[in-house]
Amino acid sequence: MLIRALHDEGVDLIFGYPGGAVLHIYDAIFRQDRIEHILVRHEQAATHAADGYARATGKPGVVLVTSGPGATNAITGIATAYMDSIPMVVISGQVESRLIGTDGFQETDMVGISRPIVKHSFMVQHASEIPMMVKKAFHIATTGRPGPVVIDIPKDVTDPKLKLPYEYPADIKMRSYAVPGKGHSGQIKKAVDALLGAKRPMIYAGGGVIQGEGAALLTELTRKLGYPITNTLMGLGAYPASDKQFLGMLGMHGTYEANMAMHYCDVLLGIGVRFDDRVTNSDTSKFCPDATILHVDIDPASISKTVAADVPIVGSVTAVLEEMIECLDQAEQKVDEDALSSWWDQIGKWREKDSLGVTAHTNGVIKPQQVVQALHRITKGDAYVSTDVGQHQMFAAQYYGFDKPRRWINSGGLGTMGFGLPAAMGVQLAFRDAVSVCVTGEGSFQMNLQEFATCMQYNLPVKIICLNNQSLGMVRQWQDMQYGGRYSHSTYAESLPDFVKLAEAYGHVGIRIEKLDDLDAKLEEAFAYKDKLVFVDVRVDPEEHVYPMAIKGGAMKDMILSKTERT
Amino acid sequence: MRRIISLLMENEPGALSRVVGLFSQRSYNIDSLTVAPTEDNSLSRLTVVTNGDERKIEQITKHLNKVVDVVKLVDLSEGAHIERELLLIKVKAVGAQRAEIQRMADIFRAQIVDITPSAYSIQLTGTSEKLDAFIAAQAENTVMEVARTGVCGIARGEKVLSL
Repeated sequence: MLIRALHDEGVDLIFGYPGGAVLHIYDAIFRQDRIEHILVRHEQAATHAADGYARATGKPGVVLVTSGPGATNAITGIATAYMDSIPMVVISGQVESRLIGTDGFQETDMVGISRPIVKHSFMVQHASEIPMMVKKAFHIATTGRPGPVVIDIPKDVTDPKLKLPYEYPADIKMRSYAVPGKGHSGQIKKAVDALLGAKRPMIYAGGGVIQGEGAALLTELTRKLGYPITNTLMGLGAYPASDKQFLGMLGMHGTYEANMAMHYCDVLLGIGVRFDDRVTNSDTSKFCPDATILHVDIDPASISKTVAADVPIVGSVTAVLEEMIECLDQAEQKVDEDALSSWWDQIGKWREKDSLGVTAHTNGVIKPQQVVQALHRITKGDAYVSTDVGQHQMFAAQYYGFDKPRRWINSGGLGTMGFGLPAAMGVQLAFRDAVSVCVTGEGSFQMNLQEFATCMQYNLPVKIICLNNQSLGMVRQWQDMQYGGRYSHSTYAESLPDFVKLAEAYGHVGIRIEKLDDLDAKLEEAFAYKDKLVFVDVRVDPEEHVYPMAIKGGAMKDMILSKTERT
Repeated sequence: MRRIISLLMENEPGALSRVVGLFSQRSYNIDSLTVAPTEDNSLSRLTVVTNGDERKIEQITKHLNKVVDVVKLVDLSEGAHIERELLLIKVKAVGAQRAEIQRMADIFRAQIVDITPSAYSIQLTGTSEKLDAFIAAQAENTVMEVARTGVCGIARGEKVLSL
């Protein structure tokens, strides 16, 4: 009944791991061929893989795990999806109804444990509820601000001996759940007026634009206005990075020009963003001191949460953007070209700083930034890039210019190490012929490296680019900057495995790159293996820091630009 | 600022824990909480007394509205409203004290609902302030036990919280 409902919901791929409480479900999977099941090697990887699949396709990721440890292992992945508003449905087995509350074998209160990190959850009490609950779960997970939904199913409920009439509901009514649609027209008009009256405008777009499929409309609006735009870490790809109006990513490791333009702008359009502390820096009273703030988001609770909005607009990004463009076309007032041109002159001066400039070492040591630049060259900027968390993630965000939405797959909100490889698997399964790259570090990679085996089983030719600096780079960077270089538990060079041999042990290809001169050729070699997973162990300069970096407690204009320079 | 938020939610398992969990998760205060089914058995009415500045209250109401089980919500303190709380209090009552307590109960329009040779159990309804005052008025070291229900409330006039 469950599998039939999933099929009727349009699910064709499930990531999971069997166990006692879900054996009835696994038997049903065995006896059908409409839904493909991917057996991961750890439940956390199942959630990240489903998450990667969802980020790349826009469709909800589906996960099936057993009760107890199966369910708790899935928690990190659910929290990751929750923080980044990723649609996901997690089905967890539960002990038999009669055992619930008795501390039965492999019993855990999944609905309780997952409560703060799900959009909603269901506990099935009778098999007849399954179709309706599946329908509701997918509806809730995918609409409004998306997010993960858990369905907890006791084992007896899936007993195949239960024979019930089955009908999948065509639609559902929920009196307690409404999805915001269009924005308030008066507010949109106000926002457009404010934008047209701006002398120093700035557009700040985030993950909501990607989740809401608003990238094309955002690009249209931005080009019509001719205004500068920046994307958040989650929003990379919402506006083409190679376009001249794009100032790069903003925030803690954003470009000098993006952060300066944010600080000095007089009208700020925030769209699909949540004024996260990685953007605003910790003290929001110093944030955009001169700006009238226009904030578009589908989640009313995101508006004026950390920064008060002058013009709040609740609605879906596509509906609001469409109406803004229409409003703009009809407006009598035109963009103040003189003001805009001197604003661009100012931005040009900031750009001259070249805050992402990389000076090569003369001794052949590879800088991590150069690896990402080479990766961009070799993949022609058209790969799906998943990452883990740390320095390598920031380098990938800064140096791999994303021109399209849904190409950049990373754990932004929760910052989950171990996310990269399983996410890249999910991407590869969604697009079998696409180039799915995982940029990782040797620290993060070891958090889910068991998925090497899954990649072998399903023949997933993911390309793993490991920026190996033999230490927990971002931790080490902070220890350099704030803890007098005392590397407390951030180094482990002597105990690192031989990653090339490790990849080979799992039946994959391993390549090591140690010299800058070899970088392009060996990366080319890695990508020439079309049907094989290749692990590229790139030895990079461990001393390298991620810059620019926001100065703690400062405004957005306050940045450290290099080891010797600050604003 | 003290606020009374009243809401209707699905009368389903887990709904209450979602609402209460939200408060602890986002470190909002709960001063009191009451919950019971309404005339429509599929709905529960929950009333929570909380405090915070304008911005915090706005966030609380927005987040409560986001909880999938919450159907409708009103901030009663935004307009004229009636709020009531019920108090059951057990006090030592011996000798001359017995008459004194009886008199005080009359003044507060409280009712003595149970009597033993040495104790009275008294019931009182009213605003939280009135209940506070009654407890404070008891003679020193005579209060044996206090049970309060927490606030429930309703808007004045025609305004109703319903579907």
